Amino acid sequence: MSIITTMLDDFLVRAALAGVGLAVAAGPLGSFVVWRRMAYFGDATAHAAILGVALALLFSVPVTAGTLVVALAMALAVSALATRGHAMDATLGVLSHSALALGLVAISFVPGVRVDLSAFLFGDILSVTRADLGVIWGGAVLVAALLVWRWSALLTATMSEELAVASGIDPRRERLVLTLALAVVVAVALKVVGALLIAAMLIIPAAAARGLSRTPEAMAGWAVVIGIGAALGGLALSYGADTPTGPSIVVVAAAAFLGVVSVARR
Amino acid sequence: MPGLWGRGMSLLRADNLSLSYGERKVLDGVSLAIEPGEIVTLVGPNGSGKSSLVKLLTGQIRPDAGRVQRKPDLRLGYVPQQLALDPSLPMTVTRFLNLPKRRHPEAIRRAEGETGIMGLGERQVSQLSGGQMQRVLLARALLTSPELLILDEPTQGLDQPGEAAFYLHLERLRDELGCAVFMVSHDLHVVMSASDRVICLNHHICCEGTPHVVSEAPEYRALFGHGTGGALALYQHEHDHSHEHHHDHA
Repeated sequence: MSIITTMLDDFLVRAALAGVGLAVAAGPLGSFVVWRRMAYFGDATAHAAILGVALALLFSVPVTAGTLVVALAMALAVSALATRGHAMDATLGVLSHSALALGLVAISFVPGVRVDLSAFLFGDILSVTRADLGVIWGGAVLVAALLVWRWSALLTATMSEELAVASGIDPRRERLVLTLALAVVVAVALKVVGALLIAAMLIIPAAAARGLSRTPEAMAGWAVVIGIGAALGGLALSYGADTPTGPSIVVVAAAAFLGVVSVARR
Repeated sequence: MPGLWGRGMSLLRADNLSLSYGERKVLDGVSLAIEPGEIVTLVGPNGSGKSSLVKLLTGQIRPDAGRVQRKPDLRLGYVPQQLALDPSLPMTVTRFLNLPKRRHPEAIRRAEGETGIMGLGERQVSQLSGGQMQRVLLARALLTSPELLILDEPTQGLDQPGEAAFYLHLERLRDELGCAVFMVSHDLHVVMSASDRVICLNHHICCEGTPHVVSEAPEYRALFGHGTGGALALYQHEHDHSHEHHHDHA
């Protein structure tokens, strides 16, 4: 016990654990984001997190709570629009960037303390506290458990809504599960990689895992492994070369993607 | 088995279904019932509402008026028109057959045998040919031990002998498994004689009955003309052959 407590005193250990926690949730969820072509959807939800931060600071509520609520509202709004068959491309672009801009403007109204904006945009994994770790791992376990529980139904609905309905699965309910999971991951990932790079942590490890996998389960598993590798590798890169940590994590993930693609092509 | 098929125990019953997409009325007062063990074919020109009717019967959409009743706990096997799988989703045939429920390996083997897809188990679903995909979808539907099998244009992408073989295959499956079959076809040539009953749809039900009754009906001839005699002959010709060969585009 005391060894663990001592280890948690080390900011690098806390940072590594935060990255691993995010990867555990982002791997399977990111796989669904790739399969269902929800990349822009993830972006819009993540950008809304900045607005959540601003509102949380203005109303003096915990940042995670504010992020969660606003990300959830954005995800539900986008999901509702998608079901009504709107042409999503432009709509998502409008929502995504409006939420980001509105959030940045709103933050400037926060009185008193100067807000470290870049921490919210690019993450601040090195300043993760024990309480943050609790939130990150709580959210990650929640999302992973939710996805494992709904796995078969989610997969069937992702393959074909027709087949899902014929099997007694309600595709709208499964979409809601993913929407909820996305909002939780956004709230959890904000501290780790920041609002601008959350979607990257969803998409890049999963896309890299595609080249290594023959089944959906394998892809989700590899996405977790690659995500963990990126988190640890990014930390090492950041520590060794004094680069910003969040972007370094994404750079390592992107390198993994390139590596897999070039090997798989051969 | 056949002796147990009582009257008034329809597997599925549609009463007076109507459906519009905006201003356009697609279905108008359609009623039908499917009895255990029978093969019913729905024919009609393009845009006559066939696919919409299937969507109503399988519960994908709700009618504006009327209702669909299923036998309680009906085991329904559904074979969609086509399945376009995004290649970003890795999926072997075996994994797909186990969705959403894990099946016993023995049951999988039997379904693969019945549909002639042995040896495809490790293939990626996104790389199957149209004919193979159709068989995999059928195998997956059979794994539910269906009392009713619903197929939406199951022979798209098959050539005519392949189509004839597919229908004969269905007939044999019906005889072996005792399930009812409801299928849609826009192509009347081969399908007719494999059916116990044909329903001719053009927004409403124009006529229905045995294949020969329907092919003689003036409403049917008004929609499809007279050119089906040769096609029925082709079917009978096929019937004289052994049907062990599958028209597979492996």
